[in-house]
Amino acid sequence: MSFYVQTQIMQFAQALPLECGASLASYELAYETYGQLNESKSNAVLICHALNASHHVAGQYRGQNNSEGWWSNMIGPGKPVDTNRFFVIGVNNLGSCFGSTGPVHINPATQKPYGADFPVVTVEDWVDAQERLVTRLGIEKLLAVMGGSLGGMQVLAWSMRYPKRVRHAIVIASAPNLTAENIAFNEVARRAIVTDPDFHGGHYYEHGVVPKRGLRIARMIGHITYLSDDVMNTRFGRQLRRVAGNLESDSLAEQNYLYSTQEVEFQIESYLRHQGDKFAEYFDANTYLLITRALDYFDPAKAFEGRLSQAMACIEAKFLVISFTTDWRFSPSRSQELVKALLDNHRQVSYVNIDAPHGHDAFLLEDPQYLSVVRSYFKHL
Amino acid sequence: MSQKRIEILGELIPLGSRVLDLGCGDGAFLEYLQKNRQCFGYGIELNDANVASCFERDVNVLQLNLEEGLKLFEDQSFDVVLQIDTLQHLKNAETMLKETARVGKMGVITFPNFAHWPNRLSVLKGRMPVTKHLPFEWYDTPNIRVATFNDFQDLAEKNKLHVSKAFGLVGERTIAVWANLLASTAVFTLTSTSLT
Repeated sequence: MSFYVQTQIMQFAQALPLECGASLASYELAYETYGQLNESKSNAVLICHALNASHHVAGQYRGQNNSEGWWSNMIGPGKPVDTNRFFVIGVNNLGSCFGSTGPVHINPATQKPYGADFPVVTVEDWVDAQERLVTRLGIEKLLAVMGGSLGGMQVLAWSMRYPKRVRHAIVIASAPNLTAENIAFNEVARRAIVTDPDFHGGHYYEHGVVPKRGLRIARMIGHITYLSDDVMNTRFGRQLRRVAGNLESDSLAEQNYLYSTQEVEFQIESYLRHQGDKFAEYFDANTYLLITRALDYFDPAKAFEGRLSQAMACIEAKFLVISFTTDWRFSPSRSQELVKALLDNHRQVSYVNIDAPHGHDAFLLEDPQYLSVVRSYFKHL
Repeated sequence: MSQKRIEILGELIPLGSRVLDLGCGDGAFLEYLQKNRQCFGYGIELNDANVASCFERDVNVLQLNLEEGLKLFEDQSFDVVLQIDTLQHLKNAETMLKETARVGKMGVITFPNFAHWPNRLSVLKGRMPVTKHLPFEWYDTPNIRVATFNDFQDLAEKNKLHVSKAFGLVGERTIAVWANLLASTAVFTLTSTSLT
């Protein structure tokens, strides 16, 4: 069942101090809400988004086909997070390119787009900005904060920065920090963007160009890491791309190679290029750099010399941690590090490891077991 | 597990204990301990439907495979570690017994007693027993470790575990003497002498 939603903008005139030492003098946050806030304001659920998503979590825009929110299978009337019961808030993070203040916006100091001058924001900065929005909505204590991947890191930051304001923390396919391999993938993506001749040091807006080549490659490498080997083999295998006149037979043995180093030969290549092209049309390159850096920097245990249990001692929320068996970018063992730190602190925690084939992407997909776990957890709230 | 059995076993758990329940099933026993004995705890359970049931009972549950050990848990970090009808399903039953003693200051272990007299009778007649407590055929049973009351005592001794209580259950009665013959379920409470 679909329902219609509208994006709202909240303006903040009070400066936001950032971890990097700079501050944003004023800023806007784009957000959406679904369902009704009850009288005691005790049914609010905040959704934190991951790398390439936005505040548009659920529902669709009137008059726009295919405009369903990115977590429509999870959130809505009668969905696992049921908006007939809960007041759900989706919020777009600072530095994004979907409505909240970011690199594409005008820098009041220069009257030109921020571009590369947008300050480096962290997960903690995002959470501080979200906290102001939640407060302005009149909510003292969130029933739940929920997010997957980078969104899960925000949930963790919420529970540590505002321990008294979160009752339930739902952390999905996430980790207490990125591994070297994970940072490495981000760095390849960033280098692809930064070395694109159209990047112009991040001030490409004034040149009227977009570093699309870099964005495409960034998306391609990202996408590979979101899938599992099994899923790729099942969906694409060694299938050659089917174009008219090229392939006449279904039998692999009878399909001829093009013997070209530059043509699209395999289906997987075609798929990745398509994903890259689509992404480069709508995503901002500076935003991609900022968000991947926020991922790299997140490390709450750093201030405690790597001792995560000590870092998480301040937590009061009850946790639900979910991982997926085939997720190698944010593997189950990383989720279990969070579980261990909560156990060490005698905190309430449940952990579910979903047997799903789809790799990291599973947290966005229609997996019956996953959705039913979230449904049964929210049922008792 | 019947309500009466829950109460009998509940009596063994000191009030206000921190409890880890290995193979907690639908979470009914932990829920009872939380509500009636002021305990705080976590269950470990692999089965999806049981995990959902734990959520509904407001029981913390961790979906972990016991065959991989208890590496998330620190030494002596729980007052009580439970293995209620879990041991017979474990390939690494002895390792898990050691892990139970490592993580818990006290262990409570129950399992079906293979030496219960109807089982003996069945084997005497040349057939593997199929009873209320061992309802499976030999070829499809999840009970891959079939032990007797006396066998377990030997294993505890081998591992230098101090048995503080040992008794049997049949139906809803406790069996204090001749448990190896008369009990369908064996119940042991352990304290680890090597670690305390």
